[in-house]
Amino acid sequence: MIGLSSYLVLAALVFSIGLFGVLTRRNAVGILLGIELMLNAVNINLVAFARFHGDLTGLIFTLFTIAITVVEVAVGLAIVIAIFRVWRTVDADRLDLLRG
Amino acid sequence: MTVETVGFWLVAAVLLGSSLAVVLTPNLFHAVLYLAAALVATGAVFLLLDQPFLFAVQLLLYAGGVVTIVVFAIMLTERLVGERIRQTSRHLINGAIVAAAVFAGIAGFLLQAPPAGPRPEQTGDVTASIGRALVGPFAVTFELLGVLLVAGLIGALYFARSEE
Repeated sequence: MIGLSSYLVLAALVFSIGLFGVLTRRNAVGILLGIELMLNAVNINLVAFARFHGDLTGLIFTLFTIAITVVEVAVGLAIVIAIFRVWRTVDADRLDLLRG
Repeated sequence: MTVETVGFWLVAAVLLGSSLAVVLTPNLFHAVLYLAAALVATGAVFLLLDQPFLFAVQLLLYAGGVVTIVVFAIMLTERLVGERIRQTSRHLINGAIVAAAVFAGIAGFLLQAPPAGPRPEQTGDVTASIGRALVGPFAVTFELLGVLLVAGLIGALYFARSEE
């Protein structure tokens, strides 16, 4: 039988990979993809804990996270497109208007 | 080796492989396709945890919705710039060190945690219970989610509106 910790380690690995993507990607869309991976890892954790503790709340929470993530991606990509229209780039390093 | 064990390692391999491909491939479009594979593999993990309803939600919203949106965004931006957008990475070593450190921190925490009990038998129809909980104790949150979806819709329309 696969125990709870196997699922947690798998989720931790996916989370770290997503973090690596967020830290290293230059492209704003690539950064968003890394965030997606990290949120997915969190969902795996939530479902695994819910299943192993026999608690429904984790599943409901997962549903909410999935829906919120979809909204986040839609707005995030809309912002990326809006930025792209003005600056003609989606390179996060060059979007430094708010730098002090 | 039970079916569950084989399934878990298979799904884990697919999930980790496609996740690595998402953050490493230079072609942005390929990265999105690998992300779709990773999202479906996550759905398969839900299936292994006896949650077919979440698997369906994952396929519909994530693999169906998110991937479609991202593909559209890439096509639009590439069309605007008129050339293929290369995905380059920077600070690869530093990023790897930070990610490995975060993983080590989580793994250390997992090692310290007391071992979890065996998986309890699932009783009753979970999908029906989820539905009842959504209109029962979580009704307000559920409604707020609807408000958030409308806000997201309006926000996306505002940002993506035409210039004039």
